[in-house]
Amino acid sequence: MKPIKIKAIYIIWLREMRRIWRFKSELIGSLVMPVMFLVFLGLGLNGAAVPGIPRGVSYIDFIMAGVIGMTLLFNSMFGGMDLLWEKEMGFLKEVMVSPVSRLSIFIGKVVASSTTSIIESVMILLLGMLLGFKFPDFGRFMLTLMFMLVTSFTFLGLGLAISSRMKDTQGFPVVMNFVIFPLFFLSGAFYPVEALPGILRPLCYFDPLTYGVDGMRAVLIGVSSMPPILDFAVLSLFCLAIILIGVHLFETGSDIGN
Amino acid sequence: MGIIEARELVKKFKSITAVDGISFDVPQGELFGILGPNGAGKTTTIKMLTTLLMPTSGSAFVAGFDVYRQRDEIRESIGIVFQNVALDLYMTGRENLEFHAWMYDMPGKLMRDRIKEILKLVELSGRADDLVETYSGGMRRRLEIARGLMHRPKILFMDEPTLGLDAQTRRRIWEYIRVLNKGEKITIILTTHYMEEADFLCERVGIIDRGRIVAMDSPENLKGIIGSDSVTLDVDSGDCGLFEQLGFVKSCGKTGGLFSLNVEDGEGKIPEIMLFAQAHGIKVRRVGLKRPSLEDVFLKFTGTKIREGSGTEEEEEEETGRQ
Repeated sequence: MKPIKIKAIYIIWLREMRRIWRFKSELIGSLVMPVMFLVFLGLGLNGAAVPGIPRGVSYIDFIMAGVIGMTLLFNSMFGGMDLLWEKEMGFLKEVMVSPVSRLSIFIGKVVASSTTSIIESVMILLLGMLLGFKFPDFGRFMLTLMFMLVTSFTFLGLGLAISSRMKDTQGFPVVMNFVIFPLFFLSGAFYPVEALPGILRPLCYFDPLTYGVDGMRAVLIGVSSMPPILDFAVLSLFCLAIILIGVHLFETGSDIGN
Repeated sequence: MGIIEARELVKKFKSITAVDGISFDVPQGELFGILGPNGAGKTTTIKMLTTLLMPTSGSAFVAGFDVYRQRDEIRESIGIVFQNVALDLYMTGRENLEFHAWMYDMPGKLMRDRIKEILKLVELSGRADDLVETYSGGMRRRLEIARGLMHRPKILFMDEPTLGLDAQTRRRIWEYIRVLNKGEKITIILTTHYMEEADFLCERVGIIDRGRIVAMDSPENLKGIIGSDSVTLDVDSGDCGLFEQLGFVKSCGKTGGLFSLNVEDGEGKIPEIMLFAQAHGIKVRRVGLKRPSLEDVFLKFTGTKIREGSGTEEEEEEETGRQ
């Protein structure tokens, strides 16, 4: 087992923080899409009776967890696939020839990108208040953060795993259409998964995002398909498995350093 | 015993053999050049020595460490300046250096002092806090050299350090490389496909072609193999062998209407050669004098002129590697 170098993890994280600070407008820009979902879907369908949503729960309250799940999914997957941009820029070589184990580099990337994802997610929660969403109390907020963190780790792991085996950014659209969107639509972000026909429903239970969204919905508005503790347990198992696979692919990816 | 010892290194990419059994030693403190055309296997050799690629077979020790088993130890002992820019364009020059220092576990105080010192050396102090995106090609290259030196490596590898730079910038980079080698006492291994670069900078040059080292010595000795100056005569007719009657003509070759005579001190011998030609009724239209260059050495050992390809070696290797 190679040692984990805290200094290396810190500087990889600091680089990411400098970057989002320097390109603040990019961060703001990436909030536009989730906010549009909140505004147009949330307000547009607020009065509609969506099957499976309990009475008395407004649609905007219902989709808040879904929109945050979407943000975490997209940001984390792209965060993981940043690796390929760095490879194209050439900078990845500098990282890979340093005397730092690949495990430390992997952890650095995960910590850095999940910080960004969570900052964005919290900003969406805050913007939601403008649309009448009630901000959770401290305890529920902390629980939400926990779900955010594990969800983010999961998809960062997946993003890094995929990019460890990709040559360049050419395959992005494929990953987008065949991985990210299916994960998103199967997660019950905009309606309860129970509303889906029987053949599709089992697939939902293989989607880690289902548990992330359901768990966040439980702690944010007290509505969920499964008990939140079960959500958290299953999500954590997914996370652990994906991270382990991701680390393995990252450590053995022969293309990464070249 | 050298600070680098490579024995029969081989690297195969599927059906292509990029490096085909290379052996060489580099003693500590030397400025060693690997000279060859694009696609000869220079970058692949460097990548194996810097732990970026695993050799297919053979052995190599860098700073006393095994490239197969002691990769982290090697990484701590070497600095690398890559052929293609490997900087983060969206960080400042200083931030790029800081990133490197942290990755190499340098203490904070030492890091700040070293950054100041090294920025001065490459004359980038004034631009240290600008984004690298705004740097010119030469500045980026200098920053990369600075970064390669941050952690005081024992050996600095430079892959085509002046590729794509203008003549002036190239001269400046050459000066830095000399200062580093002599002043900071760093062993430097560089690859190049520029003859003048190898000739001007390197104490010893290995000429590599199609994955093999075809000659290795100091530029002077290599040129000595070619030997003497070459006087070329553009003539109407006549027998080339006739000139061998002149005692100082070592050999004579005829290509087309051109005679080339190998002589020492060509400049001093031209008048005699001309008189001799006149006396034997050979009409000379033009006369030329050529001093031996590494280009000739290359020509002699490989039978081809060094190719000035447009693509970089790296790209070509990746192309072939993919097939």
